[in-house]
Amino acid sequence: METSKESNSTVRNNREGLKGWLNPARYGWERVSYWFQRLTGLFLLIYFIGHVYETSSLTGGQAAWNALLALTQTVQGHIFLILVIGASTFHSVNGIRLIFTHGGMGLGKPGRPDYPYDALSLNYRQKSGIWISLILAALAMLYGADVLFGTK
Amino acid sequence: MNELIKRIKMFRNNHPAGDENADNEKNIREKINLKVFRTNGKSESHFDTFEIPIMRWTTVLDALLHAKSYCDSSIGIRYSCRMASCGSCGMKINGIPRLACYTKISELKGGIVSCEPLANFPQIRDLVTDFSVFFNHHKQIQPFIQNENIQTEDREVLTEYIQKPEDVDKYLQFSYCIKCGLCYSACPTVATDTKFPGPQALSQAYRYSVDNRDNALGKRQNIIDDRHGIWRCHFAGSCSAVCPKGVDPALGIQLLRGHMLRFSKNEQKLAELQDRGLDKS
Amino acid sequence: MIRESLIMRIHYITGISALFVVAVHITMRLLMPFDSSIEYQNIIANYHNIAYSILLESILVLIAIHGFNGLRIMLLELRQNRLWENGVTIFTISAMMTVVAYGTRTIILAQGLGA
Repeated sequence: METSKESNSTVRNNREGLKGWLNPARYGWERVSYWFQRLTGLFLLIYFIGHVYETSSLTGGQAAWNALLALTQTVQGHIFLILVIGASTFHSVNGIRLIFTHGGMGLGKPGRPDYPYDALSLNYRQKSGIWISLILAALAMLYGADVLFGTK
Repeated sequence: MNELIKRIKMFRNNHPAGDENADNEKNIREKINLKVFRTNGKSESHFDTFEIPIMRWTTVLDALLHAKSYCDSSIGIRYSCRMASCGSCGMKINGIPRLACYTKISELKGGIVSCEPLANFPQIRDLVTDFSVFFNHHKQIQPFIQNENIQTEDREVLTEYIQKPEDVDKYLQFSYCIKCGLCYSACPTVATDTKFPGPQALSQAYRYSVDNRDNALGKRQNIIDDRHGIWRCHFAGSCSAVCPKGVDPALGIQLLRGHMLRFSKNEQKLAELQDRGLDKS
Repeated sequence: MIRESLIMRIHYITGISALFVVAVHITMRLLMPFDSSIEYQNIIANYHNIAYSILLESILVLIAIHGFNGLRIMLLELRQNRLWENGVTIFTISAMMTVVAYGTRTIILAQGLGA
Protein backbone atom coordinates (compact mmCIF):
# COMPACT_ATOMS: atom_id res chain seq x y z
CA MET A 1 0.00 0.00 0.00
CA GLU A 2 1.71 3.23 -1.13
CA THR A 3 0.85 5.98 1.29
CA SER A 4 2.80 9.04 0.47
CA LYS A 5 4.37 10.74 -2.50
CA GLU A 6 6.96 12.23 -0.19
CA SER A 7 10.51 11.00 -0.20
CA ASN A 8 11.33 8.14 2.13
CA SER A 9 13.56 10.33 4.27
CA THR A 10 10.68 12.74 5.00
CA VAL A 11 8.37 9.85 5.87
CA ARG A 12 11.02 8.38 8.17
CA ASN A 13 11.61 11.75 9.85
CA ASN A 14 10.91 11.46 13.59
CA ARG A 15 9.78 7.78 13.42
CA GLU A 16 10.38 6.30 16.84
CA GLY A 17 11.93 3.15 15.35
CA LEU A 18 13.15 0.36 17.60
CA LYS A 19 13.86 2.98 20.30
CA GLY A 20 10.15 2.79 21.01
CA TRP A 21 10.73 -0.74 22.33
CA LEU A 22 13.17 0.41 24.99
CA ASN A 23 10.55 1.36 27.53
CA PRO A 24 7.62 -1.07 27.18
CA ALA A 25 6.14 0.03 30.52
CA ARG A 26 5.04 3.43 29.16
CA TYR A 27 1.72 2.20 27.79
CA GLY A 28 0.64 -0.57 30.15
CA TRP A 29 0.61 -4.36 30.25
CA GLU A 30 -0.52 -4.89 26.67
CA ARG A 31 2.63 -3.20 25.42
CA VAL A 32 4.74 -5.34 27.76
CA SER A 33 2.99 -8.41 26.33
CA TYR A 34 3.75 -7.24 22.77
CA TRP A 35 7.41 -6.77 23.69
CA PHE A 36 7.75 -10.15 25.40
CA GLN A 37 5.88 -11.99 22.63
CA ARG A 38 8.34 -10.66 20.05
CA LEU A 39 11.47 -11.27 22.10
CA THR A 40 10.42 -14.80 23.12
CA GLY A 41 9.44 -15.55 19.51
CA LEU A 42 12.86 -14.52 18.21
CA PHE A 43 14.63 -16.36 21.03
CA LEU A 44 12.64 -19.56 20.39
CA LEU A 45 13.36 -19.42 16.65
CA ILE A 46 17.08 -19.19 17.38
CA TYR A 47 16.77 -22.09 19.84
CA PHE A 48 14.77 -24.14 17.29
CA ILE A 49 17.47 -23.75 14.62
CA GLY A 50 20.13 -24.64 17.20
CA HIS A 51 18.12 -27.64 18.37
CA VAL A 52 17.72 -28.98 14.82
CA TYR A 53 21.48 -28.60 14.34
CA GLU A 54 22.21 -30.15 17.74
CA THR A 55 20.11 -33.27 17.10
CA SER A 56 21.76 -33.77 13.70
CA SER A 57 24.90 -34.85 15.59
CA LEU A 58 23.06 -38.14 16.15
CA THR A 59 23.97 -39.11 12.60
CA GLY A 60 27.67 -38.89 13.56
CA GLY A 61 27.27 -41.79 16.00
CA GLN A 62 27.27 -42.08 19.78
CA ALA A 63 30.60 -40.28 20.28
CA ALA A 64 29.47 -37.20 18.35
CA TRP A 65 26.14 -37.15 20.23
CA ASN A 66 27.83 -37.44 23.62
CA ALA A 67 30.36 -34.74 22.74
CA LEU A 68 27.60 -32.29 21.84
CA LEU A 69 25.54 -33.34 24.85
CA ALA A 70 28.50 -32.56 27.11
CA LEU A 71 28.33 -28.95 25.90
CA THR A 72 24.70 -28.61 26.94
CA GLN A 73 25.03 -30.49 30.23
CA THR A 74 26.67 -27.55 31.94
CA VAL A 75 25.24 -24.97 34.37
CA GLN A 76 25.08 -22.39 31.55
CA GLY A 77 23.43 -24.96 29.27
CA HIS A 78 20.82 -25.73 31.94
CA ILE A 79 20.13 -22.02 32.53
CA PHE A 80 19.68 -21.55 28.76
CA LEU A 81 17.24 -24.48 28.70
CA ILE A 82 15.29 -23.01 31.65
CA LEU A 83 15.00 -19.73 29.71
CA VAL A 84 13.72 -21.72 26.71
CA ILE A 85 11.09 -23.36 28.93
CA GLY A 86 9.96 -19.96 30.27
CA ALA A 87 9.95 -18.34 26.83
CA SER A 88 7.99 -21.17 25.22
CA THR A 89 5.40 -21.22 28.02
CA PHE A 90 4.84 -17.45 27.85
CA HIS A 91 4.81 -17.42 24.03
CA SER A 92 2.28 -20.28 23.89
CA VAL A 93 -0.17 -19.11 26.56
CA ASN A 94 -0.02 -15.46 25.52
CA GLY A 95 -0.16 -16.54 21.87
CA ILE A 96 -3.47 -18.33 22.45
CA ARG A 97 -4.84 -15.21 24.14
CA LEU A 98 -3.70 -13.13 21.18
CA ILE A 99 -5.29 -15.46 18.61
CA PHE A 100 -8.63 -15.01 20.38
CA THR A 101 -8.25 -11.23 20.68
CA HIS A 102 -7.14 -10.96 17.05
CA GLY A 103 -10.45 -12.59 16.26
CA GLY A 104 -12.26 -9.95 18.30
CA MET A 105 -13.07 -12.25 21.24
CA GLY A 106 -12.94 -11.26 24.92
CA LEU A 107 -12.87 -7.56 24.17
CA GLY A 108 -16.44 -6.47 24.72
CA LYS A 109 -18.94 -4.70 22.51
CA PRO A 110 -18.64 -1.14 21.27
CA GLY A 111 -20.98 1.31 22.96
CA ARG A 112 -21.37 4.98 23.77
CA PRO A 113 -18.11 6.24 25.28
CA ASP A 114 -18.37 8.18 28.50
CA TYR A 115 -15.87 10.15 30.57
CA PRO A 116 -13.16 9.16 31.63
CA TYR A 117 -13.13 7.14 28.41
CA ASP A 118 -11.47 3.95 29.66
CA ALA A 119 -10.73 1.69 26.70
CA LEU A 120 -12.96 -1.39 26.62
CA SER A 121 -10.33 -3.51 24.88
CA LEU A 122 -7.78 -2.98 27.64
CA ASN A 123 -9.99 -4.80 30.14
CA TYR A 124 -9.04 -7.01 33.07
CA ARG A 125 -9.71 -10.22 31.13
CA GLN A 126 -6.87 -9.26 28.81
CA LYS A 127 -4.58 -8.09 31.61
CA SER A 128 -5.29 -11.29 33.56
CA GLY A 129 -4.35 -13.29 30.46
CA ILE A 130 -0.97 -11.55 30.38
CA TRP A 131 -0.41 -12.03 34.12
CA ILE A 132 -1.38 -15.71 33.90
CA SER A 133 1.08 -16.18 31.01
CA LEU A 134 3.85 -14.60 33.08
CA ILE A 135 3.01 -16.64 36.18
CA LEU A 136 2.82 -19.91 34.20
CA ALA A 137 6.15 -19.10 32.57
CA ALA A 138 7.70 -18.55 36.00
CA LEU A 139 6.22 -21.82 37.32
CA ALA A 140 7.42 -23.73 34.25
CA MET A 141 10.90 -22.31 34.77
CA LEU A 142 10.85 -23.40 38.42
CA TYR A 143 9.76 -26.90 37.38
CA GLY A 144 12.47 -26.96 34.70
CA ALA A 145 15.07 -25.87 37.24
CA ASP A 146 13.92 -28.66 39.55
CA VAL A 147 14.21 -31.26 36.78
CA LEU A 148 17.59 -30.05 35.52
CA PHE A 149 19.30 -29.09 38.78
CA GLY A 150 17.18 -30.99 41.29
CA THR A 151 17.07 -34.57 42.42
CA LYS A 152 14.81 -35.92 39.65
CA MET B 1 -33.51 43.70 60.75
CA ASN B 2 -30.78 44.28 63.29
CA GLU B 3 -30.01 40.60 63.17
CA LEU B 4 -29.56 40.78 59.40
CA ILE B 5 -27.18 43.80 59.65
CA LYS B 6 -25.24 41.93 62.32
CA ARG B 7 -24.89 38.92 60.05
CA ILE B 8 -23.75 41.05 57.11
CA LYS B 9 -21.13 42.69 59.33
CA MET B 10 -19.96 39.29 60.52
CA PHE B 11 -19.69 38.06 56.92
CA ARG B 12 -17.67 41.14 55.93
CA ASN B 13 -15.33 40.62 58.88
CA ASN B 14 -14.75 37.03 57.84
CA HIS B 15 -14.34 37.91 54.15
CA PRO B 16 -12.34 41.13 53.91
CA ALA B 17 -12.03 43.05 50.64
CA GLY B 18 -9.41 41.66 48.27
CA ASP B 19 -10.16 38.10 49.37
CA GLU B 20 -10.51 37.09 45.72
CA ASN B 21 -6.85 37.84 45.17
CA ALA B 22 -5.97 35.90 48.30
CA ASP B 23 -7.87 32.93 46.84
CA ASN B 24 -5.87 33.23 43.63
CA GLU B 25 -2.65 33.31 45.63
CA LYS B 26 -3.71 30.09 47.33
CA ASN B 27 -4.47 28.47 43.98
CA ILE B 28 -1.01 29.20 42.64
CA ARG B 29 0.39 25.87 43.65
CA GLU B 30 3.94 26.37 42.61
CA LYS B 31 6.11 27.06 39.64
CA ILE B 32 7.08 24.34 37.23
CA ASN B 33 9.82 24.06 34.69
CA LEU B 34 8.39 23.68 31.22
CA LYS B 35 10.86 22.04 28.86
CA VAL B 36 9.96 22.75 25.26
CA PHE B 37 11.52 20.96 22.29
CA ARG B 38 12.85 23.47 19.79
CA THR B 39 13.77 22.87 16.17
CA ASN B 40 13.57 24.82 12.98
CA GLY B 41 14.53 21.90 10.79
CA LYS B 42 17.91 23.46 9.97
CA SER B 43 20.00 23.84 13.11
CA GLU B 44 20.33 21.18 15.79
CA SER B 45 17.31 20.63 18.01
CA HIS B 46 17.40 21.43 21.74
CA PHE B 47 15.16 21.99 24.75
CA ASP B 48 14.34 25.45 26.14
CA THR B 49 13.22 25.58 29.76
CA PHE B 50 10.73 28.15 31.06
CA GLU B 51 9.61 28.73 34.63
CA ILE B 52 5.82 28.94 34.62
CA PRO B 53 3.48 29.74 37.56
CA ILE B 54 0.61 27.26 37.64
CA MET B 55 -2.85 27.03 39.21
CA ARG B 56 -4.71 23.86 40.08
CA TRP B 57 -6.47 23.95 36.74
CA THR B 58 -3.57 24.99 34.50
CA THR B 59 -3.28 22.73 31.47
CA VAL B 60 -0.10 22.10 29.54
CA LEU B 61 -1.53 24.21 26.72
CA ASP B 62 -2.12 27.09 29.17
CA ALA B 63 1.49 26.79 30.33
CA LEU B 64 2.78 26.75 26.75
CA LEU B 65 0.70 29.80 25.87
CA HIS B 66 1.99 31.55 29.02
CA ALA B 67 5.54 30.81 27.87
CA LYS B 68 4.69 32.05 24.38
CA SER B 69 3.11 35.26 25.73
CA TYR B 70 5.63 36.21 28.38
CA CYS B 71 8.89 34.34 27.71
CA ASP B 72 9.45 33.51 24.05
CA SER B 73 6.95 34.42 21.37
CA SER B 74 8.73 32.27 18.79
CA ILE B 75 7.57 28.92 20.24
CA GLY B 76 5.86 27.00 17.41
CA ILE B 77 2.65 25.33 18.58
CA ARG B 78 -0.60 24.34 16.87
CA TYR B 79 -3.86 24.61 18.81
CA SER B 80 -7.41 25.69 18.26
CA CYS B 81 -10.45 24.73 20.37
CA ARG B 82 -8.76 24.29 23.81
CA MET B 83 -11.42 21.67 24.69
CA ALA B 84 -10.25 18.38 23.17
CA SER B 85 -12.51 18.70 20.16
CA CYS B 86 -10.23 19.76 17.32
CA GLY B 87 -7.26 17.43 17.90
CA SER B 88 -4.70 20.10 17.02
CA CYS B 89 -2.54 20.25 20.15
CA GLY B 90 -1.33 16.63 20.28
CA MET B 91 2.24 16.34 21.54
CA LYS B 92 4.43 14.11 23.66
CA ILE B 93 4.06 15.30 27.24
CA ASN B 94 6.52 13.66 29.62
CA GLY B 95 7.18 11.06 26.92
CA ILE B 96 3.56 10.02 26.30
CA PRO B 97 1.33 11.33 23.48
CA ARG B 98 -1.42 13.52 24.94
CA LEU B 99 -3.55 16.54 24.04
CA ALA B 100 -1.97 19.62 25.67
CA CYS B 101 -5.41 21.17 26.29
CA TYR B 102 -6.68 18.01 27.99
CA THR B 103 -3.71 17.43 30.30
CA LYS B 104 -3.70 19.27 33.59
CA ILE B 105 -0.26 19.88 35.04
CA SER B 106 -1.56 18.82 38.46
CA GLU B 107 -2.09 15.32 37.01
CA LEU B 108 1.58 15.02 36.07
CA LYS B 109 4.26 13.92 38.46
CA GLY B 110 7.31 16.02 39.27
CA GLY B 111 8.14 19.65 38.78
CA ILE B 112 9.32 19.32 35.19
CA VAL B 113 6.94 19.03 32.26
CA SER B 114 8.58 18.16 28.97
CA CYS B 115 6.85 18.85 25.67
CA GLU B 116 8.05 17.25 22.45
CA PRO B 117 6.49 16.90 18.99
CA LEU B 118 4.49 13.72 18.37
CA ALA B 119 6.71 10.79 17.46
CA ASN B 120 6.18 9.15 14.03
CA PHE B 121 5.15 12.46 12.43
CA PRO B 122 7.67 14.50 10.41
CA GLN B 123 8.65 17.63 12.32
CA ILE B 124 7.93 21.06 10.90
CA ARG B 125 8.96 23.44 13.70
CA ASP B 126 9.15 23.08 17.48
CA LEU B 127 5.98 21.22 18.53
CA VAL B 128 4.32 21.39 15.12
CA THR B 129 4.28 18.21 13.03
CA ASP B 130 3.25 17.33 9.49
CA PHE B 131 0.02 15.29 9.32
CA SER B 132 -0.04 14.72 5.54
CA VAL B 133 1.13 11.07 5.68
CA PHE B 134 -1.36 10.38 8.48
CA PHE B 135 -4.23 11.92 6.50
CA ASN B 136 -3.18 10.01 3.37
CA HIS B 137 -3.57 6.74 5.28
CA HIS B 138 -6.99 7.91 6.45
CA LYS B 139 -8.08 8.77 2.89
CA GLN B 140 -6.88 5.46 1.53
CA ILE B 141 -9.40 3.40 3.47
CA GLN B 142 -12.19 5.43 1.81
CA PRO B 143 -13.77 6.90 4.94
CA PHE B 144 -17.19 7.72 3.53
CA ILE B 145 -20.50 5.95 3.06
CA GLN B 146 -20.61 3.98 -0.16
CA ASN B 147 -23.70 2.27 -1.49
CA GLU B 148 -23.85 1.53 -5.19
CA ASN B 149 -27.51 0.54 -5.00
CA ILE B 150 -28.62 3.95 -3.87
CA GLN B 151 -28.63 6.82 -6.28
CA THR B 152 -27.26 10.03 -4.84
CA GLU B 153 -27.38 12.22 -7.92
CA ASP B 154 -31.04 13.14 -8.27
CA ARG B 155 -31.77 15.53 -5.41
CA GLU B 156 -35.50 15.34 -6.11
CA VAL B 157 -35.78 11.74 -4.95
CA LEU B 158 -32.89 11.83 -2.45
CA THR B 159 -34.04 10.52 0.90
CA GLU B 160 -32.71 9.38 4.28
CA TYR B 161 -31.67 5.98 5.61
CA ILE B 162 -33.58 4.61 8.55
CA GLN B 163 -31.16 3.68 11.35
CA LYS B 164 -32.14 2.34 14.75
CA PRO B 165 -30.22 3.45 17.88
CA GLU B 166 -28.71 -0.05 18.19
CA ASP B 167 -27.39 0.24 14.62
CA VAL B 168 -25.77 3.56 15.55
CA ASP B 169 -24.23 2.10 18.73
CA LYS B 170 -22.16 -0.33 16.63
CA TYR B 171 -20.06 2.45 15.15
CA LEU B 172 -20.75 5.56 17.22
CA GLN B 173 -17.66 5.40 19.43
CA PHE B 174 -15.39 5.06 16.41
CA SER B 175 -16.98 8.11 14.78
CA TYR B 176 -15.85 10.21 17.78
CA CYS B 177 -12.31 10.16 16.36
CA ILE B 178 -10.90 13.71 16.16
CA LYS B 179 -7.81 12.67 14.13
CA CYS B 180 -5.44 14.05 16.73
CA GLY B 181 -2.79 11.46 15.81
CA LEU B 182 -2.03 10.34 19.38
CA CYS B 183 -2.77 6.69 18.54
CA TYR B 184 -0.56 6.88 15.45
CA SER B 185 2.24 8.30 17.56
CA ALA B 186 1.95 5.59 20.25
CA CYS B 187 1.71 2.61 17.87
CA PRO B 188 4.86 0.42 17.88
CA THR B 189 4.23 -0.79 14.32
CA VAL B 190 3.88 2.74 12.94
CA ALA B 191 7.21 3.49 14.66
CA THR B 192 9.01 1.34 12.10
CA ASP B 193 6.53 0.59 9.28
CA THR B 194 5.85 3.61 7.07
CA LYS B 195 3.27 1.75 4.97
CA PHE B 196 1.15 0.57 7.90
CA PRO B 197 -2.12 2.58 7.88
CA GLY B 198 -2.06 2.96 11.67
CA PRO B 199 -4.76 2.58 14.33
CA GLN B 200 -6.74 5.65 13.29
CA ALA B 201 -7.25 4.61 9.66
CA LEU B 202 -7.92 0.96 10.53
CA SER B 203 -10.48 1.79 13.21
CA GLN B 204 -12.23 4.01 10.66
CA ALA B 205 -12.28 1.06 8.26
CA TYR B 206 -14.21 -0.82 10.96
CA ARG B 207 -16.43 2.21 11.63
CA TYR B 208 -17.65 2.17 8.00
CA SER B 209 -17.75 -1.61 7.71
CA VAL B 210 -20.39 -1.86 10.48
CA ASP B 211 -22.37 1.17 9.39
CA ASN B 212 -25.51 -0.29 7.83
CA ARG B 213 -25.77 2.52 5.28
CA ASP B 214 -22.54 1.32 3.67
CA ASN B 215 -22.01 -1.76 1.52
CA ALA B 216 -18.35 -1.37 0.53
CA LEU B 217 -17.03 -3.80 3.14
CA GLY B 218 -15.34 -6.04 0.59
CA LYS B 219 -13.70 -3.09 -1.13
CA ARG B 220 -12.20 -1.78 2.11
CA GLN B 221 -11.08 -5.25 3.21
CA ASN B 222 -9.21 -5.62 -0.07
CA ILE B 223 -7.34 -2.40 0.69
CA ILE B 224 -6.26 -3.43 4.18
CA ASP B 225 -5.64 -7.16 3.52
CA ASP B 226 -2.06 -6.40 2.58
CA ARG B 227 1.38 -7.31 3.90
CA HIS B 228 1.49 -3.85 5.52
CA GLY B 229 -2.22 -3.77 6.30
CA ILE B 230 -4.41 -4.75 9.24
CA TRP B 231 -2.39 -7.91 10.04
CA ARG B 232 0.56 -5.83 11.21
CA CYS B 233 -1.45 -4.78 14.29
CA HIS B 234 -0.23 -6.91 17.21
CA PHE B 235 -2.67 -5.60 19.81
CA ALA B 236 -0.08 -3.72 21.87
CA GLY B 237 -3.06 -1.57 22.93
CA SER B 238 -1.01 1.64 23.13
CA CYS B 239 -3.40 3.39 20.72
CA SER B 240 -6.37 2.79 23.01
CA ALA B 241 -4.36 3.73 26.09
CA VAL B 242 -3.64 7.23 24.75
CA CYS B 243 -6.92 7.96 22.90
CA PRO B 244 -8.47 11.06 24.54
CA LYS B 245 -11.96 10.43 23.17
CA GLY B 246 -12.62 6.80 24.12
CA VAL B 247 -12.54 5.67 20.49
CA ASP B 248 -10.57 2.55 21.46
CA PRO B 249 -8.99 1.93 18.02
CA ALA B 250 -7.55 -1.43 19.13
CA LEU B 251 -11.10 -2.72 19.70
CA GLY B 252 -12.22 -1.67 16.21
CA ILE B 253 -9.18 -3.27 14.58
CA GLN B 254 -9.61 -6.59 16.41
CA LEU B 255 -13.35 -6.70 15.63
CA LEU B 256 -12.69 -6.01 11.95
CA ARG B 257 -10.03 -8.71 11.92
CA GLY B 258 -12.54 -11.05 13.55
CA HIS B 259 -14.86 -10.49 10.56
CA MET B 260 -11.98 -11.08 8.14
CA LEU B 261 -10.93 -14.29 9.89
CA ARG B 262 -14.58 -15.40 9.96
CA PHE B 263 -14.33 -15.68 13.78
CA SER B 264 -17.39 -13.46 13.93
CA LYS B 265 -20.00 -12.45 11.42
CA ASN B 266 -20.70 -8.92 10.40
CA GLU B 267 -24.46 -9.08 10.89
CA GLN B 268 -25.01 -6.02 8.83
CA LYS B 269 -28.43 -5.62 7.29
CA LEU B 270 -28.45 -2.70 4.93
CA ALA B 271 -30.50 0.20 6.20
CA GLU B 272 -33.75 0.92 4.46
CA LEU B 273 -34.49 4.21 2.86
CA GLN B 274 -37.16 6.41 4.32
CA ASP B 275 -40.27 6.49 2.16
CA ARG B 276 -40.92 10.10 1.22
CA GLY B 277 -44.07 9.17 -0.62
CA LEU B 278 -42.64 10.47 -3.85
CA ASP B 279 -44.12 7.64 -5.91
CA LYS B 280 -47.63 8.59 -4.83
CA SER B 281 -47.12 12.25 -5.65
CA MET C 1 0.35 -13.56 -4.63
CA ILE C 2 -1.02 -15.18 -1.47
CA ARG C 3 -3.33 -12.91 0.52
CA GLU C 4 -2.00 -11.82 3.90
CA SER C 5 -5.20 -13.01 5.60
CA LEU C 6 -4.49 -16.57 4.40
CA ILE C 7 -0.87 -16.37 5.57
CA MET C 8 -2.03 -15.21 9.01
CA ARG C 9 -4.60 -18.03 9.21
CA ILE C 10 -1.76 -20.46 8.50
CA HIS C 11 0.33 -18.66 11.16
CA TYR C 12 -2.37 -19.12 13.81
CA ILE C 13 -3.12 -22.76 12.85
CA THR C 14 0.57 -23.78 12.83
CA GLY C 15 1.04 -22.03 16.19
CA ILE C 16 -1.79 -23.90 17.89
CA SER C 17 -0.91 -27.24 16.27
CA ALA C 18 2.75 -26.87 17.24
CA LEU C 19 1.71 -26.37 20.83
CA PHE C 20 0.10 -29.84 20.95
CA VAL C 21 2.88 -31.74 19.17
CA VAL C 22 5.62 -30.03 21.21
CA ALA C 23 3.68 -30.93 24.38
CA VAL C 24 3.85 -34.62 23.36
CA HIS C 25 7.56 -34.24 22.49
CA ILE C 26 8.33 -32.77 25.95
CA THR C 27 6.20 -35.40 27.70
CA MET C 28 8.34 -38.08 26.06
CA ARG C 29 11.40 -36.51 27.74
CA LEU C 30 9.70 -36.66 31.12
CA LEU C 31 8.49 -40.29 30.96
CA MET C 32 11.85 -41.30 32.41
CA PRO C 33 14.49 -39.26 34.26
CA PHE C 34 15.57 -36.39 31.98
CA ASP C 35 19.25 -37.42 31.87
CA SER C 36 18.33 -40.98 30.79
CA SER C 37 15.83 -39.75 28.20
CA ILE C 38 18.56 -37.96 26.25
CA GLU C 39 20.97 -40.89 26.20
CA TYR C 40 21.96 -42.00 22.70
CA GLN C 41 20.22 -45.38 22.88
CA ASN C 42 16.93 -43.90 24.05
CA ILE C 43 16.97 -41.17 21.43
CA ILE C 44 17.66 -43.69 18.64
CA ALA C 45 14.86 -45.88 20.00
CA ASN C 46 12.55 -42.87 19.72
CA TYR C 47 13.51 -42.35 16.08
CA HIS C 48 12.83 -46.04 15.30
CA ASN C 49 9.24 -45.49 16.36
CA ILE C 50 7.47 -44.42 13.14
CA ALA C 51 4.69 -42.56 14.96
CA TYR C 52 7.25 -40.55 16.92
CA SER C 53 9.21 -39.79 13.74
CA ILE C 54 6.05 -38.47 12.13
CA LEU C 55 5.49 -36.36 15.24
CA LEU C 56 9.03 -34.96 14.99
CA GLU C 57 8.57 -34.20 11.31
CA SER C 58 5.32 -32.38 12.04
CA ILE C 59 7.01 -30.35 14.80
CA LEU C 60 9.75 -29.46 12.34
CA VAL C 61 7.33 -28.30 9.64
CA LEU C 62 4.87 -26.50 11.94
CA ILE C 63 7.48 -24.58 13.94
CA ALA C 64 9.51 -23.74 10.84
CA ILE C 65 6.43 -22.24 9.13
CA HIS C 66 5.28 -20.41 12.27
CA GLY C 67 8.73 -19.21 13.32
CA PHE C 68 9.99 -18.04 9.95
CA ASN C 69 6.69 -16.33 9.16
CA GLY C 70 7.03 -14.52 12.51
CA LEU C 71 10.51 -13.46 11.50
CA ARG C 72 9.21 -12.32 8.09
CA ILE C 73 6.58 -10.16 9.83
CA MET C 74 9.19 -8.53 12.09
CA LEU C 75 11.59 -7.89 9.22
CA LEU C 76 8.85 -6.49 6.95
CA GLU C 77 8.01 -3.97 9.65
CA LEU C 78 11.61 -2.78 9.87
CA ARG C 79 12.12 -1.35 6.40
CA GLN C 80 9.84 -0.70 3.47
CA ASN C 81 11.09 -0.90 -0.07
CA ARG C 82 10.61 -3.44 -2.82
CA LEU C 83 14.15 -4.82 -2.62
CA TRP C 84 14.00 -5.36 1.15
CA GLU C 85 10.50 -6.84 1.12
CA ASN C 86 11.24 -9.28 -1.71
CA GLY C 87 14.58 -10.10 -0.08
CA VAL C 88 12.89 -10.84 3.25
CA THR C 89 10.29 -13.09 1.61
CA ILE C 90 12.91 -15.04 -0.35
CA PHE C 91 15.25 -15.29 2.65
CA THR C 92 12.61 -16.54 5.10
CA ILE C 93 11.16 -19.09 2.66
CA SER C 94 14.61 -20.46 1.79
CA ALA C 95 15.69 -20.53 5.46
CA MET C 96 12.48 -22.36 6.36
CA MET C 97 12.99 -24.94 3.60
CA THR C 98 16.65 -25.42 4.56
CA VAL C 99 15.82 -26.06 8.22
CA VAL C 100 13.00 -28.48 7.28
CA ALA C 101 15.27 -30.32 4.82
CA TYR C 102 18.12 -30.54 7.33
CA GLY C 103 15.84 -31.79 10.13
CA THR C 104 14.17 -34.31 7.80
CA ARG C 105 17.61 -35.60 6.82
CA THR C 106 18.38 -36.25 10.52
CA ILE C 107 15.06 -38.05 11.04
CA ILE C 108 15.61 -40.29 7.97
CA LEU C 109 19.25 -41.05 8.77
CA ALA C 110 18.55 -41.70 12.46
CA GLN C 111 16.04 -44.41 11.49
CA GLY C 112 18.86 -46.32 9.84
CA LEU C 113 21.15 -46.10 12.87
CA GLY C 114 21.55 -49.01 15.28
CA ALA C 115 20.96 -48.42 18.96
